[in-house]
Amino acid sequence: MLLYVAGTVFILSALVLILGFIFRDIRTDFNLLERVWLILPQVAVDGISAGFVYAMIALGYTMVYGVLEFINFAHSEIFMVGAFIGAEVLLIMNSAGVLGAVHPLILLLLILLFGMLGSGGLAVTVERIAYRPLRGAPRLVPLISAIGVSLFLQDAVRFFEGIWRNEFYLTYPTIKFFEQRIILSSTIDFSVKSIIVILGAILMLVILNYFVNATKIGTAIRAVAQDRATASLMGIDVNQIIVLTFFIGGAMGGAAGVLFGLQYNTINPFTGFIPGLKAFTAAVLGGIGNISGAMLGGIVLGIMEAYGASYLSIFTSGAFGAEYKDILAFSILIIILIFRPAGLLGQVVREKA
Amino acid sequence: MKAKILFVVLLVALIATACAAPTAAPTAAPPTKAPAAAPTTAPAAPTAAPAAATKAPEPTKAPAPTTAPAATSKGTIKIASQSPLSGDQASLGEGIKLGTQLAVEQLSKPLVDLGYKVEYVPFDDQAKPDVGVANAKNLVTDPDIMVVIGHLNSGVAIPSSEVYKDTDLAMVSPANTNPNVTDRGYATVNRVCGRDDVQGPSGAEFAAKELKVKSVYILHDKTTYGQGVAEFFRDTAKTLGLNILGFEGTEEKANFDPILTPIKAANPDLIYFGGLYPQAGPLIKQARAKGINSILLGPDGLDSSDFAKLAGDAAVNTYYTSVAAPAAAFPDAAQFIKDFKAKFNKDPQPFAAHAYDSAAIALKAIAAVAKDAKPTRKAVSAAIRATKDFKGITGVYTFNKNGDPTIAKYFFIKVTSGDPAKWDANPIAKTLEIAPPEKK
Repeated sequence: MLLYVAGTVFILSALVLILGFIFRDIRTDFNLLERVWLILPQVAVDGISAGFVYAMIALGYTMVYGVLEFINFAHSEIFMVGAFIGAEVLLIMNSAGVLGAVHPLILLLLILLFGMLGSGGLAVTVERIAYRPLRGAPRLVPLISAIGVSLFLQDAVRFFEGIWRNEFYLTYPTIKFFEQRIILSSTIDFSVKSIIVILGAILMLVILNYFVNATKIGTAIRAVAQDRATASLMGIDVNQIIVLTFFIGGAMGGAAGVLFGLQYNTINPFTGFIPGLKAFTAAVLGGIGNISGAMLGGIVLGIMEAYGASYLSIFTSGAFGAEYKDILAFSILIIILIFRPAGLLGQVVREKA
Repeated sequence: MKAKILFVVLLVALIATACAAPTAAPTAAPPTKAPAAAPTTAPAAPTAAPAAATKAPEPTKAPAPTTAPAATSKGTIKIASQSPLSGDQASLGEGIKLGTQLAVEQLSKPLVDLGYKVEYVPFDDQAKPDVGVANAKNLVTDPDIMVVIGHLNSGVAIPSSEVYKDTDLAMVSPANTNPNVTDRGYATVNRVCGRDDVQGPSGAEFAAKELKVKSVYILHDKTTYGQGVAEFFRDTAKTLGLNILGFEGTEEKANFDPILTPIKAANPDLIYFGGLYPQAGPLIKQARAKGINSILLGPDGLDSSDFAKLAGDAAVNTYYTSVAAPAAAFPDAAQFIKDFKAKFNKDPQPFAAHAYDSAAIALKAIAAVAKDAKPTRKAVSAAIRATKDFKGITGVYTFNKNGDPTIAKYFFIKVTSGDPAKWDANPIAKTLEIAPPEKK
């Protein structure tokens, strides 16, 4: 895992340095190679912290896909709802005047708890209403239903926040503790927030891995993923397991949403869409259905994006800017899928009977 | 099987609700204020096409009906407006709506005396070109609509005005600054504000001469408006000898890290952001957190108290150029501010006063051609274009042959507080009056 991260950072860094050397005459107003070297560590840190956010959302996609082989496109909105719940908890505490009195770490646990419970609950509700009745239907049908749910949730949040707060982009209240920056040198510093995101994601991955691979319920989840009919013959309540999977996936999304809000401060009902799309890509990149793969895919995607966005405009003298970073990330996705269709860590999934 | 079909129907209903939700959500206008206005003579004529999903919601429409004595009736004259009432630019769009509404209520007396019923119909363009055009196609089919006040976004106004032009429907814009809005030379398109090809360059001059910066990094939001004004800024900045360290567009709304890292390394004196406050707020907040201390300068898209709300204390030491100063900056607008506060229980938003003037110009022009019978749209358009020395609350307006005001004011405003409540107290650093450039 760490090896993969270090490897990606190393390869991309080497690549930009070589490019910097080749194109060193392109800019006359500053020394290109020096500039490349100067921002390199910061870009790597930015990329890793963005990557972990994608990774966390990707975990939710992967959980559901692993069991149902169906892509829950409403997951981006479940993520967004998590971010809103976190913001609301903080804002309500702020207006009650108790925000400053609580220890920031307890605060963090509190919003994570609320966000995870809320999003998990929502995911279960969505499953019950929009997916379960369609379980026997052709694959396209629940997919469309998922897109419908996704639109519905966006506008429901917009409606609700519009009525309640008379606006719907919320700003997380500033908590001094999280705003601190750890300055390593003049060219590299990172915030406490990104450390929390990274630690949170790693913790989630470890717990999830343990849960799926080493507990009884985890075994049941894997059994359902492998063969639903046989699993039910073995005395596993398939519905219950699916509900549980949705709850865990949703809770992961909620936690990611809370951390996303904390990291980038401003959220709105459409916040989920782009990170959701990226996370889905990350899940495919890593091998959809594979938990470590989702994590890895997210991190790799985040790092590639950061490099692309930061360096494209430097190398092209501004002709291509940060706006083309997505093209870079998605082209690499396409290349990987051509040569390794199952994704980086994926195994070829047997067609379900 | 039946249960399944039933379920699919339910699902379709669910999705339909999802799509309809924005109409039901007048996010920026709490319906609680509606009943205060006039529940009495609500004219029963919701003629505009019923299926329009984007049609402005019922509650916001309620206060429109005016005094309208039931004397005689030569018919109804409707004033429409289009601006984003939902979406993240709703706070600016609502200013246009409420300003127009106030003007229709206060200034339609001449028309009422002539025996017309005057109505106000707001439309929500959601700041999206496709929605604006769909609304435009809808509203041109209502023969009672004589003029459209709006839009907020140039990118919406330009395609929508192509539709208005085909039926000679006049448009008066309080806020569109892109040169192309009037440069197409349509007889129907007018505006009461300045232009980006003045706003951008004058911003560059302000940066070079008043702020005395040497280097600048330019960002924009890739929209007609943002990129346009950023390019004008860049061109003038070049001729003024400023060192341009970068020029980039981004649609990002949350994570600005990858853009900010090179900016930090380049260490510009000034960051110019061509775009609107929902992006600029988080951008500057993250920039300050990263230790970037450059001055931020932007166009009038930054002019909303929500900018301070999003950016917090990071908003301090930000400047913006504007074609619409806070209403308090206009000596003649005192009564307007008082009425606005009394009626809507809030301070007028940036473009509210200009919307008021736009509607006032339109109402006066309609009254001038409506003496005998209901005027044609063509006559109304011609009358609006012929406006000469109209004394509004934000200035004196005469339209040139393209529909630009012959003299427009440009303001340079400094943000001094991160407190949204103190937004209107931001001092005006400089004011310029500039005529629109001659069209080649």
